[in-house]
Amino acid sequence: MNPPLVEVLDLTHTYPDGTEAVRGVSLCIRHGESVAVVGANGAGKSTLLLHLNGSLIPQNGTVRIGDYPLAKATLADIRRTVGMIFQDPDDQLFMPTVAEDVAFGPLNLGLPPDEVERRVTAALHRVGAAHLRDRPPYKLSGGEKRLAAIATVLVMAPDILIMDEPSSSLDPRARRTLIELLAGFHHTTIIATHDLDLVLDLCTRTIVLREGRIMADGPTRDIFADEQLLAVSHLEKPLRLQACPVCGRDAES
Amino acid sequence: MAAVDSAFLDLHRLDHLAGRDSVVHRLDPRVKVLITLTFLICVVSFDKYAIAGMLPFAFFLTLVLGLGGIPAGFVLKKLILVAPLALLVGLFNPVYDQQPLMQLGTLTIAGGWLSLLSLLLRFCLTVGAVLALIATTGFNAVCMALEQLGMPRVFAVQLLLLHRYLFVLVEEGRRMDRARRLRSFQGRGLEMRTLGPLLGSLLLRTLDRAQRIHLAMRCRGFDGTIRTCRPSRLTGRDLLVLALCGGALLVLRAVDGPLLLGRLVTGLIA
Repeated sequence: MNPPLVEVLDLTHTYPDGTEAVRGVSLCIRHGESVAVVGANGAGKSTLLLHLNGSLIPQNGTVRIGDYPLAKATLADIRRTVGMIFQDPDDQLFMPTVAEDVAFGPLNLGLPPDEVERRVTAALHRVGAAHLRDRPPYKLSGGEKRLAAIATVLVMAPDILIMDEPSSSLDPRARRTLIELLAGFHHTTIIATHDLDLVLDLCTRTIVLREGRIMADGPTRDIFADEQLLAVSHLEKPLRLQACPVCGRDAES
Repeated sequence: MAAVDSAFLDLHRLDHLAGRDSVVHRLDPRVKVLITLTFLICVVSFDKYAIAGMLPFAFFLTLVLGLGGIPAGFVLKKLILVAPLALLVGLFNPVYDQQPLMQLGTLTIAGGWLSLLSLLLRFCLTVGAVLALIATTGFNAVCMALEQLGMPRVFAVQLLLLHRYLFVLVEEGRRMDRARRLRSFQGRGLEMRTLGPLLGSLLLRTLDRAQRIHLAMRCRGFDGTIRTCRPSRLTGRDLLVLALCGGALLVLRAVDGPLLLGRLVTGLIA
């Protein structure tokens, strides 16, 4: 079995206003796994994800990414290994044009200009956004912004991709494009989402969070078959696993 | 909100114009910034009654706008939009300064009127020049050029982010305003006192967003310096244009062309 790539041990996090967002979470993710983190609003998904690339430093417990324990000194290495795609692409695209935005990370790594250029072109091609390269980000549609945001992360060649609600506010076509794109990735992926149909398509393993604790952790199919677990976690079976409203037949189970 | 809307659209327009291609567009941004600076200093340094002396500068500006393919209507509209400001500054000149300075037939013109006119002309020239600079260069390139010319990097980064997030901020403010309007009836709910909390929460949202953006930047190795890979090298042509235009502007400032021309013409007639 692959060695653990992401290892979280007894992590807790309390926000300054007293909200205990994460209360003693332990998990271990191996190379090449694609894992969904699901749960109700406020279950601690985003807080957990923010720990995985060092945007938050553990108050209690430890986080290890690959060979590095997460600490101030290792932040640079960890951030190169872990690519984070934020919920709102507007937060992530801050440069004047898409190409400059994609180049932002590699330039900060100190790569030479022609290497940066090569990587930018490759990353934009990878997400199918080559035609957007000279457009200013504020003029893009939601789906295009999402693709550009993914390119800004891919260009850093991360081992791990972390996504917070990647399919939120996308139209069905853009969502499908995104799913197809992500299905083609061989990265270790961690996706926090409410879109359980997307989980069904992309993740073999699902972690259910509830009130800052792990309720369940197992193969996606098993988790989605446990209706009681889904109900207490404020979740529903993915639509495709529910009975068809027209003919009353189970669609895909 | 209508005024905000149209100003917002015009920012897009300015960006759109900057994306075109012309002789002026192709010049290095730094050259354009330097020429604009020279232009501004020359215009501002004129005597307070000067009018004729500034006309060559108006000609120069028109020429640049023409070469850059910037529609005159666009620039004029902008000028009219901000002209009340200049008018306000010079409004009382004719009242305070009644010393007769010019005689046109039987009409005596007081210094105040001349200085008001001069002020307006100066205003049109300076605002017009800056508009021409941005419309042929693009806001971001102007920022980068200023930074390369020695403006502290912090300011350049500030300006860049301001330009990027202005759109997001306006959009957010607009949504909040719309939400307020939809639940206001007969003018109730639109008072100043509801504006306070609205602006307050806009500020808080902005701070939150700023934090998220900072986080996103840190995740990609941001350390306070924005690096770009625009290869910008001054070519010989750029330097030549800089020398020619800069020189021409200085000569125009030093030599009163219209006066010389007038003398020449009257000399020929006499």
